[in-house]
Amino acid sequence: MECVFGLVGNGFAIVAADTSAVHSILLHKNNEDKIMVLDSHKLVAASGEPGDRVQFTEYVQKNVSLYKFRNGISLTTAAAANFTRGELATALRKNPYSVNILMAGYDDEAGASLYYIDYIATLHKVDKGAFGYGSYFSLSTMDRHYRSDMSVEEAIELVDKCILEIRSRLVVAPPNFVIKIVDKDGARDYAWRQSVKDVTTAAV
Amino acid sequence: MSIFEYNGSAVVAMVGKNCFAIASDRRLGVQLQTIATDFQRISKIDDHLFIGLSGLAPDVQTLYQRLVFRHKLYQLREERDMKPESFASLVSAILYEKRFGPYLCQLVIAELGDDNKPFTCTMDSIAAKF
Repeated sequence: MECVFGLVGNGFAIVAADTSAVHSILLHKNNEDKIMVLDSHKLVAASGEPGDRVQFTEYVQKNVSLYKFRNGISLTTAAAANFTRGELATALRKNPYSVNILMAGYDDEAGASLYYIDYIATLHKVDKGAFGYGSYFSLSTMDRHYRSDMSVEEAIELVDKCILEIRSRLVVAPPNFVIKIVDKDGARDYAWRQSVKDVTTAAV
Repeated sequence: MSIFEYNGSAVVAMVGKNCFAIASDRRLGVQLQTIATDFQRISKIDDHLFIGLSGLAPDVQTLYQRLVFRHKLYQLREERDMKPESFASLVSAILYEKRFGPYLCQLVIAELGDDNKPFTCTMDSIAAKF
């Protein structure tokens, strides 16, 4: 089951997602990147139906770029989150997308922010959020250890605690996770946490 | 569990002498899991008009955005504030438009009309007014 979680720290936001692409009982690949870089200062961590996840996040990404080209200025994180919610809400009663999204971004005025967007288009600005079965473990761990204004090192320690909790307690725990960070310097990969690496050639 | 209880909500309003009070809880949940404890269910439409929206959170947000839009449009066109009864009728019409695919919200309207006369009414998801 897909695990996505994130939190806001002192001038930055971190999101982590598992990297398993699963179809029924088969694991297709274990290095699928589910956190998309929406633009220079925004990250979208998505979980849900694989087709909807890729199609919908790409649709949002292209529309965010279009706005920038047309108007010469990027959307704020709040605006991008509200646009995403609008698209999900419009599609909800026609052909709904089954995608849950955590949108993290950094704006000069608003600082770092994290938006929780449900598959039924609930939008809420949060300090910490999570989706999936892993949320039962990561939300509880974050509730216990989270403080506002954490430094990057403290936040990564907390993320690692959550990953450890998921790995030890979730029966179908994903083996690998990717962690991405967004701050005033932009959105970028932070680290991968891999307990199983892809085997490329058979050991002889 | 009913779809109206999916996100969990409680809203209450009461009139007094030349005043009203409106209150709500602030929990946003997904069935039994709590997502946030600062979700806003009471919104100010203008200085004298508050609505408390309970029910499914996405419909709460969509309905709020539509109502603010219609209220602002009315203010621009008529160059005055809406009367409480007119606003209640407007909400009623918007809800009944979706009679066979409704917004899953139940709302409370509380407003101070002319002469600071307080007015409150509730509506279910298909615009039955109380």
